[in-house]
Amino acid sequence: MSNTQNEQAKINTSFEENYIDENIKVSTDGKVKAFVKKFAKRKTAVVAFFVMVALLILALVGPSLAPYEANAFDYDNILSGPSAKHWFGTDQFGRDILSRIMAGAPLTLGVALSSVIVGAAIGTVLGLLSGYYGGWIEMLVMRGADVLFSFPDILLAIAIVAALGPGIINVFIAVAVFTVPSFARIMRSATLAVKGCLYVEVARSLGCKDGRILFKHIFPGTIQSLIVNFTMRIGSAIMAASSLSFLGFGANVADPEWGAMLSLGRSYLSTAPHMVYLPGLVIFVTVLAFNLFGDGLRDTLDPKIK
Amino acid sequence: MGRYVARRLLETIPLMIIISIVVFMFIHLIPGDPAKTLAGVEASLEEVEALREELGLKDPLIVQYFNWVKNALSGDLGRSFKSNLPVTELIWSRFQFTIRLVFAGLVWAPFAGIFIGVMCAIKRGTWVDLGGMLFAICGLSAPGFWLGLMGIQFFSVKLGWLPSGGLESWKHLILPSMVMGTGIMATLARYSRSSMLETLREDYVRTARAKGQREQIVMFRHAFMNSLIQVVTILGLQIGGLLSGSVLTETIFSIPGMGRLLTDSIAYRDYPTIQGILLIFALQYVLINLIVDVLYGVINPKIRYD
Amino acid sequence: MPQEVLLEVKDLRTEFFSSKTSSVTAVANVSFNINKGEILGLVGESGCGKSVTSLSVMQLLKDTPGKITNGEIILDGVDLVKASNEEVRKIRGGKMSMIFQEPMSALNPSMRIDKQMIETIRLHSDMTKEQALAHAAEMLKKVGIPDPPRVLKNYPHQLSGGMSQRVMIAMAMSNDPKLLIADEPTTALDVTIQAQILDLMKKIQKEEQSSILLITHDLGVVAEMCSRVIVMYAGKIVEEAPVETLFGNPSHPYTQGLIASVPKLGSGVKVLPSIPGSVPDLAAMPEGCRFAPRCKYATDKCRKENPELFQIGENHKCRCWLVQDK
Repeated sequence: MSNTQNEQAKINTSFEENYIDENIKVSTDGKVKAFVKKFAKRKTAVVAFFVMVALLILALVGPSLAPYEANAFDYDNILSGPSAKHWFGTDQFGRDILSRIMAGAPLTLGVALSSVIVGAAIGTVLGLLSGYYGGWIEMLVMRGADVLFSFPDILLAIAIVAALGPGIINVFIAVAVFTVPSFARIMRSATLAVKGCLYVEVARSLGCKDGRILFKHIFPGTIQSLIVNFTMRIGSAIMAASSLSFLGFGANVADPEWGAMLSLGRSYLSTAPHMVYLPGLVIFVTVLAFNLFGDGLRDTLDPKIK
Repeated sequence: MGRYVARRLLETIPLMIIISIVVFMFIHLIPGDPAKTLAGVEASLEEVEALREELGLKDPLIVQYFNWVKNALSGDLGRSFKSNLPVTELIWSRFQFTIRLVFAGLVWAPFAGIFIGVMCAIKRGTWVDLGGMLFAICGLSAPGFWLGLMGIQFFSVKLGWLPSGGLESWKHLILPSMVMGTGIMATLARYSRSSMLETLREDYVRTARAKGQREQIVMFRHAFMNSLIQVVTILGLQIGGLLSGSVLTETIFSIPGMGRLLTDSIAYRDYPTIQGILLIFALQYVLINLIVDVLYGVINPKIRYD
Repeated sequence: MPQEVLLEVKDLRTEFFSSKTSSVTAVANVSFNINKGEILGLVGESGCGKSVTSLSVMQLLKDTPGKITNGEIILDGVDLVKASNEEVRKIRGGKMSMIFQEPMSALNPSMRIDKQMIETIRLHSDMTKEQALAHAAEMLKKVGIPDPPRVLKNYPHQLSGGMSQRVMIAMAMSNDPKLLIADEPTTALDVTIQAQILDLMKKIQKEEQSSILLITHDLGVVAEMCSRVIVMYAGKIVEEAPVETLFGNPSHPYTQGLIASVPKLGSGVKVLPSIPGSVPDLAAMPEGCRFAPRCKYATDKCRKENPELFQIGENHKCRCWLVQDK
């Protein structure tokens, strides 16, 4: 009897030592390689990945590469269409649209990325806690998500901007809040799924502390859902942020934010449609790249959902 | 079935209560003194105090809330700062335009989306599938305001076929319905494809073939009808997207609906109107989801007969 | 006694394509006959190709990456491989029908039983809806369902597993098929229900004078039901014999292993012998005899040369070098 207990204890410690600390690392190493191999087969997703990387680089170095100053006026070329001098044409002040798009990249992408990072972080913590503890935390978080979801889509972001007033910082807050409930929900169900796994139950039966179980055992199991949703939400964040700017609630009209540029171009639709076409096209390509990449990730990580 | 509907109704009540609290708290979320905010920047100290008295802002918050709910239930949502008209009246006068837009989107987009998705699933792996899914992800990634403006530029300005704004005839509805429906079409196309693919793998589809049933009937009666049950569940969320899409669509096409009223009110800081519209939008959304859930119960025999 | 052949499978080869050019062979040159009025058992581990064989016979490989690349499947003089889709469609559910492993998921969850049965009946007869409904009720009675009118009005989720399988059998038998293919018909059911369903199948087979191709991994089921047995391993037939011969004188080492691993009542053996190793991956078939890597009698010849299916007795065939060299 005591012998088997000893054996059991031995198995347990070896489980803790080997399985959790080493094997997971080893297996994720192998997983990353296998993942890259599998992902490389999805050609559209690979193309999207490179477009995405190019856009992120553009956001970092774009402003310094731009052929003109974002607010340099060229009164000889007002509302002129694409030409050799101005590839994307100019606006009503003769400002170079390509340069403005490049200068606006850090603004648009920065707001979208940072708000998704903040929203995802909050939503993930809430989702993990409510999935793991259940009870009143779960009820509170899930009802909260329900309420936020009843202001569908960008309506929630609009409501937040309505309360806080227009401005790029408030757009950031609005998009972050708009991102939280989707992460809270997805991470909760991912947590519930992982929580039922044997290795989590073993860890708990060994007397692991809640914090350790949550972050060492459960969180790694939910990371796939996190990554996939993260990529997908960047597309919607760009869309939401540029929609708010288009409505005039976001960036200052003088800023080269992409949505704001479209909003300006609206008034010149009949004479200078390129002011609408091109910035819109850039938003479209950006969102498309993130969505295609996200699709590719999801299909590679979880072939069940298609 | 009766019990299912009753349970679903009961679940809605707490959600509605929380929504009302959130919308009520909206004015108190605005940084600063609500009375000062409501009175406007130019108001004198006496005017602010008078307003505080009039709106009962001196009462405890809980009393204010119950008064607000009592008024709201009797159809009194306060008066607009901008026009001094009762908010309920203002919203009601705009309501019909938004509803028309929502229907204009609903009339074609879900059907087109489901059709594309099902065709892609049946022709899985062919160019039909590839083209359909590329079309869907493009529809998902294209900003509605960009599509709308391009539509106006092409069909109204260039060709002169369609009016560019307003809502006087069915012709006025064509472009807005395109903008309203694109997202829902794209989402449903993606969703119904995966749902149909899942259904096609089911044993009962094989049974239907083993009976000697014609391929078209196997696809329609046995596969499609069952995949539809899953598709209906996300329809509610999608209609929510339509509601918030109306904000952008109404701005682009100068349609005097609720979305336009919302953006105008935000620009004027007309808080009672904003509050009223948010409440109506959220309640509409909850109601639509309730209807969709009941519809789900009706078409799903597992719920109907339990 | 010369028997009339109902189904003749000749040199059947079914491959699974992962792309246009690369494929694995799930069923390799399989030939067998089913006589009128007999129950033929098809036995093997999962992954040995027995289900693929049955789906090939039914021409139900659509929606799988599988394709018949060679051979003939002749039912009553008609080659199903060459027949048009329309011809095959008329035979499926009529002359030849099938029941599946998971009765609960084999019925359409959003259609009532009556609709599903009427659909089957009317596809292969000129009955009116009323006649078809009456026939459906009669069929349900035949499969031992106590209250046919009530069950007809039910949805599949309201039935138990055993009840669903009875409905499936009633549906499959409703057009007097000459051949019933049963793919693991009792695997998903409780033990007591299993026996009931098997008895029912035997009874109906006798009454209707139809033939059954019974696919199973359970040798107990085979012993109880079948007159002849085919053992498959890794896509090939390794032994074919009448049921008494197979159990009395199993000749292939794989068959011997299978029989030895079945628990026998009162044998006093505590640990059952098992066959070491597992079925080889279809993409990486060993050279020579496919069973050689797991076979304790394997010689160098076995590992190099592929044995053919030797005739070793009347109605007894075996694919093993050992029996030939004996």
